[in-house]
Amino acid sequence: MLSPFFADPKTLAMGAATGLVFGFLLQKGGVTRYNVIVNQFRFKDFTVLKTMLTAIVVGSIGIYAMLQMGLIKGLSVKPAELAMNAGGGLIFGVGMVLLGYCPGTALAAIGQGSRDAIVGVLGALIGAAVYAEAYPAIARSIEPIAKYGKITFPEVMGVSPWVVIGGLAAIAVVVFVLVGKREGKAALAA
Amino acid sequence: MANALKSPRWSPYVVGIGIGVLSWATFYFMGKALGTSTSFVGAAEAGLCTIASEHVEQNAYFLKEYGSKAADGAKAFKPIFDWQMALDVALVIGAMLAAWLGGSLKGESVPSLWRERFGPSVAKRYAAAFVGGAILLFGARMAGGCTSGHGISGGLQLAVSSWVFFGAMFASGVGTALLLFGRGGRGEVSNA
Repeated sequence: MLSPFFADPKTLAMGAATGLVFGFLLQKGGVTRYNVIVNQFRFKDFTVLKTMLTAIVVGSIGIYAMLQMGLIKGLSVKPAELAMNAGGGLIFGVGMVLLGYCPGTALAAIGQGSRDAIVGVLGALIGAAVYAEAYPAIARSIEPIAKYGKITFPEVMGVSPWVVIGGLAAIAVVVFVLVGKREGKAALAA
Repeated sequence: MANALKSPRWSPYVVGIGIGVLSWATFYFMGKALGTSTSFVGAAEAGLCTIASEHVEQNAYFLKEYGSKAADGAKAFKPIFDWQMALDVALVIGAMLAAWLGGSLKGESVPSLWRERFGPSVAKRYAAAFVGGAILLFGARMAGGCTSGHGISGGLQLAVSSWVFFGAMFASGVGTALLLFGRGGRGEVSNA
């Protein structure tokens, strides 16, 4: 049963190297802190948004450039099952604020000494098991709603990915400028 | 460089660029997209396997994520301790290293913002963390990913599913934070 349990050593080494860098970056970025994450949702700290938007824009430029140059075989897009994506997202948001971490940052928070994150990860394992038990019912009821397959915005809009990436980058810059102004005002008021 | 490693906090833009470049590397060298939450299913089911292995092997969701076919067409499983599980374990170590170098490695049970609002009770904080964690993973698996797999990896691939997740997650988080913390003026915008 369940064998083999371990993937091959090279795959594991690659995953571990990725996790080391990812965990290091998350902790240095401060997004492994409960206060930082919760205060993003209260619009009092914009670290999470700045980090994610920057990662998305930088990431998208490289991934689509490599795709066009044939350096990577393809994308790894998750299927649009919009009732599942939206419903899951709504549930996820409640959990994220209650716990104060997301799955990845909870693991990283354990590394910096946050004991509540250990409890959160234990709860997360229970949540995963509960979902697995609930899946057959969900697969019958919610999963079939608004299924569109592995679609991306450039495909749906019928434009070059660079148009979407350009738009995204412009939005990110506007958000960063607005957030910067707000932070400046808050700093003056303090 | 040594100074940067010892700094407790890096600019979110620097960290964002770092994560973006890291995603290039996972795609180019490994053919993988950053993600963390599928392995929670693997870990939970591996635990369950010790008491009810047949139940796990027949679970439809477990088969969806970890099922595969053997060469002779028989039912088989992908390894549970895979690329992402190694990533998840290493996340703890990478963050520990960063915190240790930056002098911010510190045991903490109740974060200060929680303490201000809900008091110093460790039991209360742990109860919320446990329930929150369970809700979090249930939602992640229903959505098909979390802040890493959908938020970052799906977002940068311009996937429709991921941006729908991102919007729903953010709206629900804002609503939940409003319910839990009110509009309160404590902790004004911090310029970190």
